[in-house]
Order: sequence, then structure tokens, then C-alpha cells
Amino acid sequence: MRDWPQRLQKHYRRWQWHRRGRLVSEWPAYLADRKDKARDDRLARYFGAGTLDPHTPISEVPLVALDIETTGLDPSRDSIVSIGVQPFTLNRIPVAKSRYWVVSPRRALSSRSVIYHRLTHSDLANAPRFDQVIGEVLEQLAGRLVVVHYTRIEREFLNAASRHYLKEPLLFPLIDTMAIEAYQHRRLSWFQRLIGRRPVSLRLHPSRERYNLPPYQAHHALIDALATAELLQAQIARHYDPDTPVGALWE
Amino acid sequence: MDIEQLEIRQHMAQYAPFEYLGDEWLDQVATQVEISYFQAGTDILALDQEINELCYVRSGAVEVSKRSGQLFDRLVEGDIFGYSDIMRNRRVRFPVRAIEDTLIYFVPAELFESLRADNDDFADFVETGGDRLKATVDQQRNDNQMSSTRVRRLIRRKPTMVDIHTPVGEVARRMREDNVTCVLVLSEEQEGINGPRYFTTQEGQVRRLAGLLTDRDCCVRALAENLSGDTPVGEVMSTSLMTAQSDASIYEAMMTMLNHNIQHLPILYRRRPIGVLQLSDVMRYETRSSLYLVSSIFTQSGLAGLVRLSGDLPLAFARLVDEGADAQMIGRTMATICRSFIRKLLELGEAELGPPPVPYCFMVLGSCARDEQTIFADQDHAMILDKSFVPEQHDEYFKSLAGFVSEGLAACSYPLCKGDIMSTNQRWRQPLSVWKGYFRDWIENPDPEALLHSSIFFDLGFVHGELDMLEELQGLVCELAPKNALFLAAMARNALSRTPPLGLFRTFILEKDGQHNDAIDLKRRGTAPLVDLVRVHALACGSGSQNTIDRLKDISETRLLPEGVNDRLRYAFEFISMVRIRHQAVAIESNESPDNRLRPSNVESHERHNLKDAFEVLSHAQKFLKFRYPVPAGSSRGRGR
Repeated sequence: MRDWPQRLQKHYRRWQWHRRGRLVSEWPAYLADRKDKARDDRLARYFGAGTLDPHTPISEVPLVALDIETTGLDPSRDSIVSIGVQPFTLNRIPVAKSRYWVVSPRRALSSRSVIYHRLTHSDLANAPRFDQVIGEVLEQLAGRLVVVHYTRIEREFLNAASRHYLKEPLLFPLIDTMAIEAYQHRRLSWFQRLIGRRPVSLRLHPSRERYNLPPYQAHHALIDALATAELLQAQIARHYDPDTPVGALWE
Repeated sequence: MDIEQLEIRQHMAQYAPFEYLGDEWLDQVATQVEISYFQAGTDILALDQEINELCYVRSGAVEVSKRSGQLFDRLVEGDIFGYSDIMRNRRVRFPVRAIEDTLIYFVPAELFESLRADNDDFADFVETGGDRLKATVDQQRNDNQMSSTRVRRLIRRKPTMVDIHTPVGEVARRMREDNVTCVLVLSEEQEGINGPRYFTTQEGQVRRLAGLLTDRDCCVRALAENLSGDTPVGEVMSTSLMTAQSDASIYEAMMTMLNHNIQHLPILYRRRPIGVLQLSDVMRYETRSSLYLVSSIFTQSGLAGLVRLSGDLPLAFARLVDEGADAQMIGRTMATICRSFIRKLLELGEAELGPPPVPYCFMVLGSCARDEQTIFADQDHAMILDKSFVPEQHDEYFKSLAGFVSEGLAACSYPLCKGDIMSTNQRWRQPLSVWKGYFRDWIENPDPEALLHSSIFFDLGFVHGELDMLEELQGLVCELAPKNALFLAAMARNALSRTPPLGLFRTFILEKDGQHNDAIDLKRRGTAPLVDLVRVHALACGSGSQNTIDRLKDISETRLLPEGVNDRLRYAFEFISMVRIRHQAVAIESNESPDNRLRPSNVESHERHNLKDAFEVLSHAQKFLKFRYPVPAGSSRGRGR
């Protein structure tokens, strides 16, 4: 699309916003409803921290990158083992403000995921439960728009854990750097298919490489949160206007 | 400290000026960093904007311009900028723009000021305008002193750590796989993080450093006691643990090991083990084994012994590099060893052939003469014979002697000279009067062949025999060369035939014509043109020195070069030589044959920066050379004959 005339590009982007905007315009109403109805006071505090107007330019929005590591991919059977958050804005990522929690899972670990995360049984056995840290996590998220790489994991696992421990759902708008990456590359793919190129990897670290971002140690919630924050800065710088309304970006 | 901050800390600790900081200050920096991404083409610092942070390039590349918009500098990974404006009035004087997609770390100005106030090396670096090359070369010199070098410098790998319940047989296999002689044994949390020897691992778990197990422990405490391989390591490990901090000096660490009679010392960063220091690491760092090699050469009784000794040469070379010797010391040591081989071969030859019929002088040429030899250099040598020399009567003897030396050197892995610059060639085995004729002719008629010979034979070093003869030749050069402008102009043009590349990037070399290459010959494109260039200035000022650094000293006493250029050339030469030497040492240690071809991907990025700076110095000096020694008006060549 880079080679399209400027005017056509603008039209195409508007159409995309419109298309996505319809899907996401229900967020403010949903959040307002949750604010009134949340029974758990931690959730009530979180939803009460104010909701974001979907028309706010992305450059003015306080953001927070979130990454969780889990024992597997199935939210009904697997659990969260660690959570990393990194508050940031499009301008700056203050690493001093990052936070990290190890969480004891609901079920015993499978041996495969032990190798994967380098966390052992006893690390996790002595860690606090999800409901003991969720209050702190939500404090970090309150008033900020959450950014993740691959919505499904963070959204479904947080929601499942919340339903299990707090007996209430926990859903909120998210910006997904993987969706942005998929969107950018889907648009280019007709040409790539034409020349027989295989689709690019959308995983966090290969995606970062496309923006000349340095390699980091993977599969640690805190590093992945930082890596996601940097990736979003890079994606907005390359593909979007800083005045893009957040409603066009969130899911 | 969180793991993401460790990631930041590890990166910054590799680069000046942060590499000078102690662990505590590095922590401060890493925890206070703010990060921002800049797409290629966007401004990072705009002219006259307020600046309250030091900027560090984490990845990508930026361009610094002057107020006029003219390009001032290009910076890449590990470089810093903005510090001169912070120290001045906190307004941006030199705007900065990203030329690649770039990630910047920002360090608050207040912290920057504290670092300046607390650490002299840090302050020196930013106050001298960040003269990286100088800072690096000076740093390498300091590194030579064991008492000021931090022990973390000797730590090359992470420690192998095992759980206390692991069977000792499995531990032994881990030792074999990781090729280590010592593992650290960890137990799980019992008393919480504040108990003795507790630490948090990189993954955030709390562990206790319970003991260590060496290969000797395996032997003495397990095998010799008939224990089975299933015995938990906790039952056989040593529990009396001495440790040292990563910012302790090597000297302190060595004293700890000697005082407690231990071979392995775990090194901690704060409370977390980052490696195990072995006494042999320290010993290797300190041994001066090349001197031992020289003295052994003279005690050999035959060629076989010399050949056997020459097998130790690569190791002695690698050891010198490891010990932190600078390029000057290494070049001189290697040249001394080479001369010692020749001297011993001449001694053996004379014993076999009988005493020489007339006096003679055996000399070396090129890098050995300049005391700038590296490993496996070609042999370049020649003989001056006394005026009483009569070819028909005497040459048979000297021919045999030359052959004996030349073959002996070849057996000791100094390859024969491809250009036949050896005393076995009758042309280079002549009486003094013939040599003087050669030299006069080369200077007065500088055709391409003469220039080639000048650049080889004007670096002359004595090995054996009559020193006077050699000094007479050197005197002749000093007398004739400065007066002969045409010769100097021709030498200058000749010195420009090999040029440095424009820049080095992560994966390629950027040539001046925009071409990319994947490797660079450090000798052909770096040290050799520098040597050539300095030789022209040295000839012009009548210097009798042979060594490039000595020649630069002689030149600095004249007004041949603008102020400061001399020092820069010295740093550039030292640095490129050192990279070349280290490149060869790495090849030796991995059992490959050393060469001069460096791939930029094999160079650490801070070294790449310094190399780029050094090439720039060379490039400027070459431009200057062109106009400093013009072809004299009215010369026969000038008239276009």
C-alpha cells in the first residue's frame, strides 16, 4: 500500500477505522455498566478509575503493556504463573515503573511448561494466589489502556482467573500489537503471495526485528511486556498518525 | 533489580563511559532509564530545545548535525549524545535525527551529573568530548595492571548450577557437557531472602548457594569413598564457601584464593553468582611466558629443538593478548622471538659451516625490523658483506648459510617470502658498496619497482654480525630522503594506494564507492597503509627510527603534522593493530589458522565504533599526505615526460 497515492491510502485507512470502530464502540457502554455493577471492590475500583473516550488521540493516552505467562494455552485447564506490567506512553517507557508477580497456579504444572518458563514447582507453590495479587495488578492497569501481544491469551486467562477467584468477569479494551502486525502484513500479502513468499511470523520477537528492535530474552513476562511496549511505539511511528483515535486501535 | 533492568544494565555495561562504573552506579542507571523508539527520519533532539537527559543509542543509528545543517557525526549502538549540551546550558546545540529505526535510552541529567562527580573515568570521557579511541587505548593500558582490573573481566561464562538433590553422577555429566571443572550447588528457600547466602535468580526465584563441587571433589569425596552415582550432590559438596564480588580487583580475588588454598572462587554480583573464577585464569592472566620462550631458544642444541619450541609460539602469542599486553609490546615480543630464532640458526649454521670468511651483517626487513611483528609473519631478510668480499671465493659460504637460516625459519613456521626478499637471493646478499648503490638509485629514480623496494628495505633491523654496516645504510637514507622532494612525492602517492573502508556495520563493510563487503583485511586496509603513511613523514624529517610509534615521536618534534594529528595516528595504529592481533588470537584459541580477514559480525559493537574512528583518522591523514608532498614543479615527471 506504500506505493498507493496518498489520497487513496487515507480513504483506505478511514474505511478500516470505520469497519473496526463499529465493533469496538460498545466498550464505553460496557465499561460504564461494569463500573456500577461490579461487586468485588478491587474490580469496582478498577472500573471506577474512569473510562477512555474512543476519540482520544493515541499519543495522549496513558498506556500499560501487559504480559502473562501461563502453564498452557487452554484457559479452562491452564493457569497464569506470572504477570509483568510496564506503564508507558508513546513518548516514554519508564522502566522504573515496571512490576512483576509470580502467581501460584490452580493446578500442578506439566513438565513441559517447567522447561518453558524456568519456574519450578516450589517457586510456584510458595507464590501468592491470583486473588492475592490481582488488586495490585489492577491498580497498575487502572486509568491506562492495556497493550498486549496476542489478545486471546491475556484476555481469556485474566477473565477465567477472575471468574474463578472473584466470581465476576474481567474484560476491558486492549490494543493488540499482534493484530496490528497481522493487519499490516495481510494488506501486503497479495503481492507476497504473487511472488511466492511465505507469510511472515507474527510472534513478538520476529515482529520486533522488522522494526530494528533489539533481541531480548524471550518468555519472561516482564521482558515481554517491555518488548511489547517498544513494539507498539515502533508500530505507531511507522504505520499510524499520532492523532489516530484509540477507538480505531483497540479491540 | 528486575530482569528487564538487568537486560538494560548488561547492554550499557559494555560501553564507555558506563563500563567504567561500579556495580552500584550501573544499577542506578539501569533502574532510571526511560526508553523511546524513533523511526528513521524523525528528530530525536531539535535545535535549541531544552535537554534534561543523556541519550544512549540502544539499537539503530543517528546523525548529529551542526547548527548549519552540515553533518557532524554518525552514532550507532552503544554511543551517547547530548552530554555536552547538558554540561553547557541544557539547550540543544547539535540537533540529532534517527537515520535508522532507533531505540534510545534516556538517563536523567541529575544522575548524569552525579556520575560525573563520582567517577573520574566517566567524567574524563564526557569532558574530553568522548574521544572513544583515546579512552579505549588508555583503558587497555590500565587493564594491564592487575590491581585495577575488576574480576568480572575474567569471567567468561555463566556458572553451572545444580540443585542440591541432584545425583552426583548426573552432576558429573553436566560438568562434562558444559566443559567445566566446578559447579555451584543450590538449595531451595528455607529462611527467606534475608538469610545468609540467599539470592534471587534471574527468574525471580529465591535460592541459597549451599556449596560447590569440583572435579577433584568428585574424585576424592565420591569415587574414592566408593559412593554410587546416585548419591545426592549435597552429601559430597564442599560447604566452606569463599566468594568475591564482581567489582573486586583481580588482585583481591587472587589473594583470597591463595590465602584459603582454594582453586575455585564463585564471583557474585550482589548476592547472585555470575561465574566461577579459577586460580588458573588468574595465573594465565599474569604469566609472562614469552620471555621464557626467548631464553629457551638459546639453550637449544639443534634445529629439532627449535622446531619443537616454535610450536609454543601461537600459545605464547595468545597468552600475551590474554594478559592485556598492548600492540607495541606484542609486536616487540614477537619480533624479538623471531630475531632470536635467526640468531640461533646463524650460530648453528656457523658451527656447521665453519667461521665466516669475511665479516658480514645479517638484517631483517619489514614488520620484524619495525618491531611490529604478529604471528606467522613471512621471513624477510638480507645480508650485507664486507668490502673484502670476493664472490668467487666467499659467496658459496654465505649462500649456504643463507639457505640454512631460511630453511630453518621455514621449519619453525616462518613461511618463505613470496617476493623472494631473502638473503638466499643473490641480489640481497651483497657488499656494502652495492647496497649503497641500490639505496641511492631507489631514492633518485623512484619508479614503481624502486618504490616497492623502498617500502621494504627502508625498515631495517639488525640481527647479527657487524652493526656498523647497517647503521651506515640507515644513515644514507636519513641523509638523502629528506632532500629529495620527488622521491617523497612518489612515496606519498604510493602510500595512498591502499585505503581504509568508509564504515563498518553489523554485517558488512561499507566501501567509499557505496559497495558492501563482508570482510576486511585489517593489514592491507589498516595497519599497512598507516605504516606507509608514517614512513613517508619519517623519511621527510630524517628520522632514523624503524618502529611506527617511535617514528611518530620523531615526527612530533617537527612541524610536519598539524597539532593533535600525531596522537590520533598513534591511537588509530595501536587500535587497529590490537584488533588484528586479537582476531588472530581468537583464531589460535579455536585451533584455526590466523589470518587478517575480519568479519564485522565477529566484532563487538563498541570495537566496531572504535575501528570506524580509527579508519577515519587514517583516511584524513591520507588526504593530508597528498597535499603535503606534492610533485615538485619542474621535476622531470612533472613535465609529463
